[in-house]
Amino acid sequence: MNRFALVFRLPIIVWQGLFFLGPLFFMIVMSFFLVKNYRMEEAFELKNWARMLTRGYVWDSYWYTLGMAGSATLVATLVAFPAAYALAFRVSAEVRRWAIFLLIIPFFTSYLVRTFSWYVILAGSGVINAGLGTVGFGPYTMLNTPFGTVVGYLTLTLPLVVILQTVALANIDQNLVQAARNLGCSPPRTLISVVVPLAKTGLIIAALFCFILSFGDFVAPYYLGGSKPPTLPILIIDTTKSGQQWPRAAVVAVMMMLTLFAIAATAIWLAYRRRIAS
Amino acid sequence: MSERSNLTRRSVLAMTGATALCAPFVRPARAAATEINMLAWYGHGEPDIVGAFEEANNVKFKPKYYAGGDNMLALIAQSPPGTYDVILSDTEFVQLLNAAGYIEPLDANDYPFDDMLHDDFTKFPGHWDGDTLFSMMVRFGHLGVSYNTTAISAEEAMSYKCFWKPEVKGKVGHFDWHLPSLGMMSLYNGNGAGLWDLDDAAWQAVQETTMSLRPQVGGFFDYGGTFNSLKNGEMLAMCGIGDWITGVLEKDGAPVASVIPEEGGIQWTESYCIGKDSSKADIVRSFIQYMLSPEGQVKSAQMAAYPGNCITRGGRAALVAADIAEAQRTNQVDGNPMDPIALIRDGRIHYRNIPVNQTLEDWNDFWSEYKNA
Repeated sequence: MNRFALVFRLPIIVWQGLFFLGPLFFMIVMSFFLVKNYRMEEAFELKNWARMLTRGYVWDSYWYTLGMAGSATLVATLVAFPAAYALAFRVSAEVRRWAIFLLIIPFFTSYLVRTFSWYVILAGSGVINAGLGTVGFGPYTMLNTPFGTVVGYLTLTLPLVVILQTVALANIDQNLVQAARNLGCSPPRTLISVVVPLAKTGLIIAALFCFILSFGDFVAPYYLGGSKPPTLPILIIDTTKSGQQWPRAAVVAVMMMLTLFAIAATAIWLAYRRRIAS
Repeated sequence: MSERSNLTRRSVLAMTGATALCAPFVRPARAAATEINMLAWYGHGEPDIVGAFEEANNVKFKPKYYAGGDNMLALIAQSPPGTYDVILSDTEFVQLLNAAGYIEPLDANDYPFDDMLHDDFTKFPGHWDGDTLFSMMVRFGHLGVSYNTTAISAEEAMSYKCFWKPEVKGKVGHFDWHLPSLGMMSLYNGNGAGLWDLDDAAWQAVQETTMSLRPQVGGFFDYGGTFNSLKNGEMLAMCGIGDWITGVLEKDGAPVASVIPEEGGIQWTESYCIGKDSSKADIVRSFIQYMLSPEGQVKSAQMAAYPGNCITRGGRAALVAADIAEAQRTNQVDGNPMDPIALIRDGRIHYRNIPVNQTLEDWNDFWSEYKNA
């Protein structure tokens, strides 16, 4: 390897080692520690793993979290795509730049504040129910439900998914799209057979980001979902709150990491499959 | 031609640099305030409580806030001795603090034990080890049925049974901490003074009662979530809290209230301790004395974050004189049948404790199962 290339790569290697691999290794080791009198003691015991993996509520939380993050990913991908498509193909470059700028603006404010603002909109006496009430519908319960959780997840992820999808679609060679149309492809067929395959990598990466952020999010399921039932991040908080069982919380965290590694690896394999093969 | 300003980018940078370099040599008008590290629930280190004491004693509180006794113990356990000068503890955790050697003994002669509103307060459980005082009670409050007055009547609220009322299905919230909610279920089961001392059968019965409430439950909330869901009417009844939350909302005009039902209520009690090896024990002792003075007791009763009841006669008298509306709202008026002290004397209030026959982990495990049910 070129000596300069190594030098340039060194900062990211050191960064990842110090702030990702190191803490990850410590977390795995900590999952074997024991807690006595609210204080962690170094040990190598499987008690925490045995306890957490045999608790039904842990697995309930696991499948619920997986399902909710998956639902949010599906909804975000489907809702974002028409917007991204319009930004990529139907507007001028200047409008696209402004739209992306506007999509970035939500990240200037605290996610917690944005989440709390949904109280005003989703509450029984909130904006939506007030509007529905004027035409004789409702009120519907939206806060403290899985629906509320998904709304919170989308608040966090949707702008990012739109941006990533827009970038992926905007980089498609327009000549290929035109060629498909000139050869008699209908617009839906062009979309499915040309546009989506060409943007596949970006679309999958966008979905992956959505899943990762939703899977690890504590705020939406707690404040908009009412912790009912709790997701894995809430379970981690619950576990640390009672008896300071950080090692047991580490078990849950490792479960989450392994799940995310597996899903990310699968997604990346799907995204780059043909490129690697070629 | 426009007149150009002399203020160039270079001159601004030079002035900024010069100011920064000179800053260390500028003598402050007053000696630097002594920093007191406080470990407490949110609100206790805020200006409405400590501001006047800071001003009078040239000290500055540096609060570290926790949520729950477990969290407090862990923060202390993970810090070197002497990190915290003053520790506010829930009473049931004082004995654990003492057993672990995290707090200094106090001199009982320093505090107004002859002015207590109730005899129990002079020898509060867990605060003494033999004849040695380790923690000084400073305020208390009661937990019972907290409810929206438009959905539940005052009569209905006199029993925990109102949580099962069909009209509030999906609108009953829980403060997300197992201890007060399960304590209330234990009271509803008729365990009375033995609410924490449950044998296997009684513990099983408490779990069954709690599980039967699950279809009514609309969510599990922290302080902010509890506050918001009661305020916007998302939750019409709340299990595990009391006036410490509804009091703030009530003063803001929300149609909410808290009462102690016939089955009994639970008392939370907050006490100050001096941290082990604190180098500022003298000023902390003065601060605890200040919080027990009539002025300190009034500030505590009016605390912006969450109100608490006075524990001294002097404090109550000062509250009545300074803020009769708050004294009446919280029934802290002599002769009132709902006077918190009268409720304790009548045996309707039980001091919050930790489970006697189960571990906190057992209770938490069940709480997690309950939330997932």
